Amino acid sequence: MRHIISILMENESGALSRVAGLFSALGYNIESLTVAPTEDPSLSRMTLVTRGDEAIIEQITKQLNKLIEIVKLLDLTEGPHIEREMMLIKLKAERTMREEIKRLVDIFRGKIIDVTETSYIVELTGHTKKLDAFINAVESDQVVEVVRTGPSGIARGAKGLTL
Amino acid sequence: MELSGAEIVVQCLKDEGVEHVFGYPGGAVLHIYDAIFQQEDVKHILVRHEQAATHAADGYARSTGKPGVALVTSGPGATNAVTGIATAYMDSIPMVVLTGQVPTPFIGSDAFQEVDTIGITRPCVKHNFLIKDVRDIAETMKKAFYVATSGRPGPVVVDIPKDITDPNVKVTYDYPKKISMRSYNPVTKGHLGQIKKAVDLMLSAKKPVFYTGGGVVIGDASKQLTDLVKELNYPITNTLMGLGSYPGSDKQFIGMLGMHGTYEANMAMHETDVLIAIGARFDDRVTGHVAHFCPNATIIHVDIDPSSISKNVRVDVPIVGPVKMVLRDMLRVVKEHKNKPNPDDLKVWWEQIEKWRSMDCLHYDSKSPKIKPQFAVETLHKVTKGDAFVTSDVGQHQMFAAQFYTFDKTRRWINSGGLGTMGFGLPAAMGVQMAHPNAEVACITGEASIQMCIQELATCKQHNLPIKIILLNNGYMGMVRQWQEFFYDGRYSNSYVDALPDFVKLAESYGHVGMKVEKPEDLEGAMKEAFAMKDRLVFMDVVIDPEENVYPMIQAGKGHHEMYLPSKSELV
Repeated sequence: MRHIISILMENESGALSRVAGLFSALGYNIESLTVAPTEDPSLSRMTLVTRGDEAIIEQITKQLNKLIEIVKLLDLTEGPHIEREMMLIKLKAERTMREEIKRLVDIFRGKIIDVTETSYIVELTGHTKKLDAFINAVESDQVVEVVRTGPSGIARGAKGLTL
Repeated sequence: MELSGAEIVVQCLKDEGVEHVFGYPGGAVLHIYDAIFQQEDVKHILVRHEQAATHAADGYARSTGKPGVALVTSGPGATNAVTGIATAYMDSIPMVVLTGQVPTPFIGSDAFQEVDTIGITRPCVKHNFLIKDVRDIAETMKKAFYVATSGRPGPVVVDIPKDITDPNVKVTYDYPKKISMRSYNPVTKGHLGQIKKAVDLMLSAKKPVFYTGGGVVIGDASKQLTDLVKELNYPITNTLMGLGSYPGSDKQFIGMLGMHGTYEANMAMHETDVLIAIGARFDDRVTGHVAHFCPNATIIHVDIDPSSISKNVRVDVPIVGPVKMVLRDMLRVVKEHKNKPNPDDLKVWWEQIEKWRSMDCLHYDSKSPKIKPQFAVETLHKVTKGDAFVTSDVGQHQMFAAQFYTFDKTRRWINSGGLGTMGFGLPAAMGVQMAHPNAEVACITGEASIQMCIQELATCKQHNLPIKIILLNNGYMGMVRQWQEFFYDGRYSNSYVDALPDFVKLAESYGHVGMKVEKPEDLEGAMKEAFAMKDRLVFMDVVIDPEENVYPMIQAGKGHHEMYLPSKSELV
């Protein structure tokens, strides 16, 4: 099963490689990973997507917790949560296709942020599945380049993953 | 106090109460070595290879419970130390390893003797630090010792670039008395509800077994364990790492378990209905095939490391906490409990165990005209009255030592269990002897293992370490040969150690006493003579039966009930 693990960690050089090293040492896969500082510059927030059965996820969260630089973590998939991912996608947009692509972008509530005579760059934010759906909706030979951030996640409700 | 970085490093060691540092100098640590030269509180023991520095610090830590400290230079100094760091990591040994690094402006430039020490050691340390500012040394050192010794202990590497230790840059020194880290808070107590649940189960058991490991040694919980086991009158088996934490000569002790464990211990594991695992990690050499592991048991597991729980084997009642506290609480709950163990059930269980015990699974041919390794270890036990510190290397001799030197005290059995590092025994013995100058320290080794760190004979000479080396010399890498005999139709590929040196002359050339013993009847006298030489290292080359095997043996991937016994007939 797919799990989204939200991690609060010390914003120190080397912390990221400890997390990545742990996954390779345990032989588990990271599907995606995003990381950036928080409002407190000494802390970074990481969202990590991985897959595994219950026992594997239990080991992953325990081993992550064991890393000295990790302050707190939460498996978002255990409760109601929101996840969002951003995608920048460069599409071939020749004369005859331009209107259709634009309509599609509107349906997905995306934005066209760069235009040339033969191409568009589309910015799209949403659930990972929505981004997948957009890619499926355009002709595959129209896609020039796809850049995705991987999901960021947050638990619903008033409580926060803070110190 | 205004001090240079190098002086701060040494002062931190003093303030941390460190008396011995095992190390080897080199370019990147010259400033630190100069600071060491100018004081007398911290004694430096010069080894002959950095691997030995880490093993010696490790042996020091295992025998005392205090953190061992090693100091090595950058590049090859650090890479040589890695084997020792990984050895300590696998066995959760508290250790602080200071590594020199090239000056900060050179980091990443492929400078002379540069290596990414932080990157290389990351997977085999509890934590590591790169210091980038002289003002951070004191706090980082405090953190390093705190992390290494608290929670589940482990080695911590502190990488110190040369410019940080510049003798001309002085800053105010203030060693923190206490340190707290928001991201690191090891548990200090077990959950009482879980402990009560565990005790309910324990008291309702018909066929209970205690299975306890290195965590009891490291957690200094030997007394608490013994009290609890005695109170309940349950059988107890130890892992290789747990030997000595419960008296080996006690009648409730049913021997070591696992691949070369006793018949009674492994059968008890197979039949038990309530397994009480304490400070043990369900290692593959212990469990055999996990599908056949304790098929009838409800499992209680006490461990300080949550990630150890349900890692290899699913556990029913987990208790996370320091074993000492948990065992103390358990004993209290047991004493206050309205139920007691059912004496009839326990009687039947003990009768069954005695039946297994009567198989005499450790039997060997004591009438042999050749020296049997088992006999050699028994003789060592006799001569040292069972009270020596015994280190070992890895292989058959290690198993014979574990099986036949009945350890009654904790922290006396010093071996590389997890990583299985050949070359560990001699340098570890140096650390033990340094910590216990008046104790008898024996290193049981093989002719293959000893050659992996043989250069340390020079260190022993320089620092007057009167270790007794008991070399069980069978001319083979014994364990490799045994596997080749059993599983490769006797094709002894590269397991014969050809061109052995004359160990007596070798020892003598290092300034030590060498002895060669070839007959069983000469052994006890020779050992007595060796141990009578209180201030000399004696290297005993004991020529043993080259084809003796370690029994019982569970083949990898089999269950506890499938063992080879000395007759080599498989039991099911």
